[in-house]
Amino acid sequence: MTHIGQPLPRAATARLVAGRGSYLDDVSARGELHAAFLRSPYPHAGFRITGTAAASALPGVVAVLTEAELAAVCQPWQTKTGSASGMVSPTQRALAKDAACYQGEPIAMVLALSRAVAEDAAELIEVEWQELPAITNLALALHVDAPPAHQGLTSNLAWSTEMKGGDIEAAFAAATLVVEDRLVFTRSTGVTLEPRGVLAQYNPASQALEVRISHQMPHQLQRHLADLLGVSLARVRVICPDVGGGFGLKMHVYPDEIAACAAARLLGRPVRFVADRAEALLSDIHAREHIVEARMAVDAEGRILGFDVQDVQGLGAYSIFPRSSTTEGVSALRSLGAPYRFSAYRGRLRSVLQNKVPTGQYRSVGHPVGIAVAERLVDLAAAARGEDPLEFRRRNLVAQAEMPWVNPLGARMAELSHQQCLAKLEALLDLPTLRNEVATMRAAGRCIGLGFASIVEFTATGPEGYGRAGVLVAAVDTVVLSLEPSGEVTARASISEIGQGTTQGLAQVVADAFGVAPDQVLMGSGDTATTPHGGGAWASRGAAIGGEAAWGAGRKLRAEVLAAAAALLQCAAEALDIQDGHITDANGPRMSLAELAETVTFRGYELPTGVQPQLTVAHHYRREQDTALTTNGFQASLVEVDPDTGIITPLRHWAVGDCGRLLNPLLVEGQVRGGVVQGIGEALFEACRYDESGQFLSGTLADYLLPMAGEMPDITVAHVETPYSGSVLGAKGAGEAGTAGAPAAILNAVNDALAQHGASVSELPITPGAILRALGRLA
Amino acid sequence: MLPPDEPTAEIACTVNGEAIHTQVPLRRSLVDWLRHDVGLTGSHVGCEHGVCGACHVRVDGQVVRGCLMLAVQADGATVETIEGARDPLTLALQDAFFHHAALQCGFCTPGMILQAAELLAQHPAPTRAEVREALSGNYCRCTGYQPIVDAVMAVSAILPAK
Repeated sequence: MTHIGQPLPRAATARLVAGRGSYLDDVSARGELHAAFLRSPYPHAGFRITGTAAASALPGVVAVLTEAELAAVCQPWQTKTGSASGMVSPTQRALAKDAACYQGEPIAMVLALSRAVAEDAAELIEVEWQELPAITNLALALHVDAPPAHQGLTSNLAWSTEMKGGDIEAAFAAATLVVEDRLVFTRSTGVTLEPRGVLAQYNPASQALEVRISHQMPHQLQRHLADLLGVSLARVRVICPDVGGGFGLKMHVYPDEIAACAAARLLGRPVRFVADRAEALLSDIHAREHIVEARMAVDAEGRILGFDVQDVQGLGAYSIFPRSSTTEGVSALRSLGAPYRFSAYRGRLRSVLQNKVPTGQYRSVGHPVGIAVAERLVDLAAAARGEDPLEFRRRNLVAQAEMPWVNPLGARMAELSHQQCLAKLEALLDLPTLRNEVATMRAAGRCIGLGFASIVEFTATGPEGYGRAGVLVAAVDTVVLSLEPSGEVTARASISEIGQGTTQGLAQVVADAFGVAPDQVLMGSGDTATTPHGGGAWASRGAAIGGEAAWGAGRKLRAEVLAAAAALLQCAAEALDIQDGHITDANGPRMSLAELAETVTFRGYELPTGVQPQLTVAHHYRREQDTALTTNGFQASLVEVDPDTGIITPLRHWAVGDCGRLLNPLLVEGQVRGGVVQGIGEALFEACRYDESGQFLSGTLADYLLPMAGEMPDITVAHVETPYSGSVLGAKGAGEAGTAGAPAAILNAVNDALAQHGASVSELPITPGAILRALGRLA
Repeated sequence: MLPPDEPTAEIACTVNGEAIHTQVPLRRSLVDWLRHDVGLTGSHVGCEHGVCGACHVRVDGQVVRGCLMLAVQADGATVETIEGARDPLTLALQDAFFHHAALQCGFCTPGMILQAAELLAQHPAPTRAEVREALSGNYCRCTGYQPIVDAVMAVSAILPAK
């Protein structure tokens, strides 16, 4: 293997640095109409559309559509999953019918010759609103007097569950130390720099729908479009061009996107919808709104005995389709304490409907919440025992000799390298020196904190995850390879590219499996017409699942090519090899791949009778064991708190991770650093805020704060490589671990700083105001 | 197709070295006009309110937010987009961004590179902190910024001191 593991830049980025990408809004269709939506200004209101004449009469307007028109071509949908059986799940529609249940819910759409005119016309639609009481505050949503998020509901509780194992009562009875805290997580969102967008075309003659869309999983969407719009699946083509950021945000079924497709079907004309930033912030999924009350039992030797957790999770107005917003709550509880040995666990989850934007899967789904809670408790326990937080962790981490270990929740921990990662982190930090530096800075009056987080992440979900729950999400992937007459290899993968660089990693795998340089492998993905059905981009699965498919396809193509070459060269295939684009034997190159492919393609008569080389091969990969692949790591954060302004400055950050075999360390490190900064954003800045009446307050990028270059530290990244033994390549997921652990590391670092003042915080993001209140400097 | 009654004005300007004389809708932003009417899609629209920097273009040699300027304001101006920026600094930055993996999705990249080129033209030997400060008007959601700083510093290292 010569290319797997090499830090090669992603080939496709040569286009992007030159401004020659092709994002959704870079291509238009002749005769296209621009869509704009009338969205509910109220968090909860009944409505009746009383007049569309003025809107329709505006020059340039082609159609004004409401739910009544779209109903002719578009079914409503409802999120149902065996993973949350019995969930109260209100019906969802492309355009709301009779009532809007969150501010921003689309209730009508205008199709016009320009977006500007469509927006003008949307403002002219006449609506009678009947404002209804709204519930947005998560802490109040389950109160008996809380208004229902949807009319007719008797409670806002959509679903609840208890995840448990071991004897929790005995664990707490045996404890000599119980630590507890209540942590509040304000919802945040992905903010892909490219907003969501779609260009839909319907050909009534062929009854075919073609949808270009900025999306992470073309095949999943193909299936839902077919179902919702009544078009046969094979006549729906979904094309995901260059995607300007995904982060989980672009994997859901959104009403406005479905409405654009329905309008294209209804009108028989191309329809374009591209969200502007304000509507993106008001309609992209939000995520991670939780109130978690957690206790941890510890024995006299400082060993964790168990966790007892209550999580209230805000769903928003609907449980997101198709995967269900409840997944985040379950994932938070599953990840809580996962690095550690303990004997009892009880986690109660209550998932609650609110008159807010629906929440959904966002990078590192649930993990940042669960890890922040557990790591906060661990720091509290270490402090209560008067010991070093790393010593407490070291004692409680599951040791290699104990693995595979199934924790009380039934999660299987195998092939994790906690001890090596911790050792590597300590070496990177040069801990004695760093502690001296911290002491010196503190002696000089600076408020400095050092925080740690230990992480287990569940990645690369297999078919058991959604399949058993009856949710039509593919967890398998296929790679198709063709040897072209030029000797180049074209690859078509059901894995999709959203900037992470998966296709580059796959090209390196194909290169090694087959025997060419990576630049001879041209990767294609993101188009249902050219790639086989598969999962796309979610759950850090590209390397672990797509990589195996790429390897298998490369080996199949190699076998075909060697058999053909053996027939032509009149030798045994076993005597031949493929190296750097040539078929070789012990004496060196015998023929180039181009010569072989030309012979097969143009002069087939030169081949012996019965030899039919398959120069196009496919390989499908399904992992047969392990529902998810666990990965592990550590993060550390050094922060400074300004006690006068409350401003927190991250000074340095370290991340050590084990994601199995690294296909491409350059791109993995990009994932880690980008993920860490997204996690720092969540910890310090990012918040989707609502006022008490349900008005959204974070509708611009001046209100929704993202991490900027000037505020972010350099991040030191290191790896431990424990290949997954159940696959050929041994890769596990790498894309989300940075986001999983950073909020916990920041929270602990800030609390380490505040501890000098006898203060603490337990709400994310940690705002300057919260710091000043914790220090008693602000009422 | 322009809607009927859409008020327009005539402008004459140079875009990437090519003279253009045309009618533009009064309310069309410069970046929308460049993207949708001129066909130069390398500048991107990320926020439309002057925060994210994805829409950066050069007007009369200066980097501006293409979403905060109207197309009619470009009358008489020389406009340059990432597609037309062939100066040595921009080319070196494009190469460095590629090799340092200073982009993932790439949506912010053209704006980021134009901003970095302007920084290095004015200040060829910045510190890392100065690079970070100079790029703080350009959001990147993917990289965490560090490889971007690395790429800019790498180009700075091969520049003659001013």
